[in-house]
Amino acid sequence: MTVTHENSVSANAQKSGALSHTLYVLKGNPVTLLAFLMLGFFILSALMGEHLAPYDPLASNADRVLQPPSLDHWFGTDPLGRDVFSRVITATRLDLFIAVSAVALSFVIGSLLGCVAGYWGGKLDIILSRTLDTIMAFPIFVLAMGIVAALGNTVENIVYATAIINVPFYARLVRAEVNIRRNAGFVHAAKLSGNSDLRVLALHIYPNTLPPMMVQVSLNLGWAILNAAGLSFIGLGVRPPTPEWGIMVAEGANFIVSGEWWLAVFPGLWLMLAVFTFNLLGDGLRDIVDPRQRS
Amino acid sequence: MSPRLRAILMRLVQAIPVVIGVVVISFLLTRALPGDPAVYFAGAAADEASIAQIRESMGLDKPLPQQFLNYVIDLVQGDFGQSISSGQPVIDDLTNRLPASLELTLTALILSCAIAIPLGVMAAKKPGSLSDQLCRILVTAGVSLPTFFTGIALVYIFYYLLEIAPSPLGRLDFAFIEPDSVTGFYLIDAALAGDWETWFAAFKQLILPAVTLALFTLAPIARMTRASMLSALSSDFIRTARAAGLNESRVTYGYAFRNALLPVVTTLGMVFSFSLGANVLVEKVFAWPGIGSYAVEALVVSDYAAVQGFVLSMALLFVTLNLVIDLTYSLIDPRIGFDSK
Amino acid sequence: MLKIKDLNVSFKTRNGTVNAVRGVNLEVAKGKILGVVGESGSGKSVTSYALMRILDSGGSITQGEITYSGIDLRRASEQDMGEIRGREISMIFQNPRAALNPIRKIGHQIEDVLRQHSQATRYTAKAKAIEALKAVKIRNAEERYDAYPFELSGGMCQRVVIAIALACNPRLLIADEPTTGLDITTQKAVMDLVMELIRERQMSALLITHDLGLATEYCDQISVMKNGEIVEQGTPHDIFTKPVHPYTQKLVKATPTRGASIRDLLPVSNAAPLPPRQISDVPLLQVRELRKTYQGKSGPVNAVKGISFTIFEGQTVGLVGESGCGKSTVSSMLARLLDSSSGQILFSGTDLTDVPAKNFAKDPRRTDIQMVFQDATDSLNPRYTARHCIADPLKRLMNMKGKALDSKVEELALLVGLPVHLLDRFPHQLSGGQKARVGIARAISVNPKFLILDEPTAALDVSIQAVVLNLLADLRAKLGMSFLFVSHDLQVVRLLSDHVIVMRDGEIVEQGPTETVMNTPASEYTRTLLSTAPKPPADQTAA
Repeated sequence: MTVTHENSVSANAQKSGALSHTLYVLKGNPVTLLAFLMLGFFILSALMGEHLAPYDPLASNADRVLQPPSLDHWFGTDPLGRDVFSRVITATRLDLFIAVSAVALSFVIGSLLGCVAGYWGGKLDIILSRTLDTIMAFPIFVLAMGIVAALGNTVENIVYATAIINVPFYARLVRAEVNIRRNAGFVHAAKLSGNSDLRVLALHIYPNTLPPMMVQVSLNLGWAILNAAGLSFIGLGVRPPTPEWGIMVAEGANFIVSGEWWLAVFPGLWLMLAVFTFNLLGDGLRDIVDPRQRS
Repeated sequence: MSPRLRAILMRLVQAIPVVIGVVVISFLLTRALPGDPAVYFAGAAADEASIAQIRESMGLDKPLPQQFLNYVIDLVQGDFGQSISSGQPVIDDLTNRLPASLELTLTALILSCAIAIPLGVMAAKKPGSLSDQLCRILVTAGVSLPTFFTGIALVYIFYYLLEIAPSPLGRLDFAFIEPDSVTGFYLIDAALAGDWETWFAAFKQLILPAVTLALFTLAPIARMTRASMLSALSSDFIRTARAAGLNESRVTYGYAFRNALLPVVTTLGMVFSFSLGANVLVEKVFAWPGIGSYAVEALVVSDYAAVQGFVLSMALLFVTLNLVIDLTYSLIDPRIGFDSK
Repeated sequence: MLKIKDLNVSFKTRNGTVNAVRGVNLEVAKGKILGVVGESGSGKSVTSYALMRILDSGGSITQGEITYSGIDLRRASEQDMGEIRGREISMIFQNPRAALNPIRKIGHQIEDVLRQHSQATRYTAKAKAIEALKAVKIRNAEERYDAYPFELSGGMCQRVVIAIALACNPRLLIADEPTTGLDITTQKAVMDLVMELIRERQMSALLITHDLGLATEYCDQISVMKNGEIVEQGTPHDIFTKPVHPYTQKLVKATPTRGASIRDLLPVSNAAPLPPRQISDVPLLQVRELRKTYQGKSGPVNAVKGISFTIFEGQTVGLVGESGCGKSTVSSMLARLLDSSSGQILFSGTDLTDVPAKNFAKDPRRTDIQMVFQDATDSLNPRYTARHCIADPLKRLMNMKGKALDSKVEELALLVGLPVHLLDRFPHQLSGGQKARVGIARAISVNPKFLILDEPTAALDVSIQAVVLNLLADLRAKLGMSFLFVSHDLQVVRLLSDHVIVMRDGEIVEQGPTETVMNTPASEYTRTLLSTAPKPPADQTAA
């Protein structure tokens, strides 16, 4: 039907490849485009937060305490007279840093474990699966609490805790994806082509697990942010006066019953937007990285 | 022995290494405490001799396997250690506070299932329709909501602005006396006692935290219901049923829904794990006297025995629950225990 | 009885509207069987879903009339349609296991239909359901009543689907590829049962199939569909002996029949004659007492029970058997993807089993043994372009790179008839036939002496199967390779093979020169296999 038409166009279309496909998907999906724009905004805030912020996030001002949002202070001021907007913007870097490094750690460790278990199977697989089962037997937030409590109350430990609780998700996903492809025709073909096991795994099987992994990464970044903010909300990890969304919500919570809503609402809203962005991206990424969708 | 029975027994046996693993991890977490526990327990004014004495009395001078053995023996006897802040055995504190947490979590789960499952089914029945759009927005927004933030927002709206909710402080207003404890669930206990005034008061306290928690768990359940219902509705056997003239409600509920329910049941385990975590945050926001807020208080004052007891009991609770879910699953799905799908 | 006039069905997809069925006219007379034949995507199934009004969401009838016994099915209310489906018109489907509700007892599924159409009450339902099971010749119907679909074989599941369809004595049966997904020997039994029931109950039927042979054997009338349109209608005899439309001609030609040669399958009979080739009497591959035992859940499973055979240089050997007979295990062991449990595989005199399968990738003999896989889609890495796929063995085994590699890949593409501009496409952008060509190009890229063809045409439409088979025949002559052709279809194997091996339950039942096995089969099993193939009208074989 469309084959003949496709033939002539394809030569040019293939050249530009991934980029044009990305643009194509974005055009058809304005929500994903929005998610990308929001991601850009968050990355910008993370990279140059202090330059974007109108005030010093740590500077208190006794004259302007607990002021509601105004043109001077878009998000109002806190009980020490610090500008909430500046604090919210500068907090982006820390929150994203925790999430990204935790997810990167669990991505790498999970991929390695999952590949080994999924491809070679056997005893290794059983041991790994049981270990992961045990880790997953803990409610994840509770385990994170336990780890931070045991390792010590620092930002690095929040990263490690978040990474540990996420490893099972990646390992299981990769294991399942590798396992279903272990006996696929193209894997046999790759072996016949003279590829060693390691090469088959690294060059033929693993790249095919990336589409679902990308989706998982994106969704996980959202969870990781929520998790870190949750931990600091209950007083773990980041310590005041460092600006961080979870702590700011916790500090603002005490004022909510007396009507000073802006203290908790704006950092909470920002936190929500960041998580929302990553969740939207997760769905959008699925369309972009999956080559079967390219047409 | 029938394959089904064997599969169920296998599942029970499989829980054993997980329980052992949980105990090992929780032991390791205890031993990884920052600093020397003996120094910590001895207090600030202790000298070398008294620290050594405490170390000996706590068994910390023994080799690690020996310590682990003692730890397990203590656990089996129900000894989770002594809480420093309350001065009570940790196990007593936990059992006292557990009903409050369970009442909150279960109410929230029932609430979110009651909304999410019908919503997911409606969305799947008419993809692209208004209810489908609603479902999608709710799902994406729902997973993005930090529970502690939703809780605070709800308090601001319903307590501060509208003044229809009671103050977010605990399970019961000070004006009421807690009902005689039978189950520890205020709603049930009050109903048993026939004290409807107290029942309503407890209900009013419960509703906001339960809604907060439910909003959080709504998304995964609705998403899973929608997805599995969609795949069930597009499967071959639904076409057979339609072609045989079965009416729409029979096809949707008798055939598709029952098949779609299986993956949803599995998701409930995951959701429970999330809500046990989220529980901690919600309890803090609403000053709910459950084990979550107990753990948070313990964390603040570095009461590690209490925190470890909490982590361990949560894990054991979750293992048990997953076991129950899997066993339920094997009752619904006749294929359990057979290789072919 | 059933009359379809100018039917148009379209689907809304992401890339706009697709007209799946265009201006189809069909008529089924009382007590007659109409066959609708077409290759995948021809719209034959969609037509039947449309007339039952069970189109998937997004599909709708845009034009046309469907009348059944004077009732306008297009305008009937949904309630009336519910009465008609199952009560007046019933359907059976391909892939019977998936067509049954996996978590409901089969007896209850039959009862559901009976009670829906008020054919039984709560008290009589069970007895009637058992009766329905007996009608489709299920033994121990009382016990089977409580079975779940996963406990039954594929053929048994199809009987249950038939029982559901016929429970309420409908007047018209639509059979949508009823034998696809079943074993060959089961196919015949199921088709015979369906025909017997149709005749016994004097029903009309619509048989939808991709297999022209099957349709000719069982139908009174045949309609041939292509790209959503009907291109030709007629009696089986007419369609087979004097097809008018070029597509029908091509289809008739491509259907392998007894006595036809491989070149006969191609549409243009002036295709060049098969090039001559040489079969030497030097053995290339000698298999001796080859065995494979798996550790199954309930004890060891003997997949291959000590088989021996020889393949000479330049010879093509066909390996035939039903699914589960061990033929795929044999080909995996010969390709050195799987270790054997015992026995020898002598290749040019050296034993291949000396090197374990996992180290064979680095063995110098790797280039000599290659394989073409069953499912072309599954055997191409979805993230590699066609060029990348074909180049992979050249890079790994021949150390080719740069310009030399590019020109070699293009040379191979030309050899297998793949347009060079398609080389930069991903597998999902290629058609089934093109993917098969990529798979073949990759296998022959390193000039193997021995090529294993594992059901290379099983996933292809017949017309493409014809082309691929001829391509293989040409390549064999040009490159002087030996083939092991593995297939479930004796008629297809016969076309290429000099020698045939029939396998069953891990053992060789019979082997010998192709002509001998085909014409004077020694074993009962081979005779059964031969008899199950659909038989087109006799005069065709003479043509």
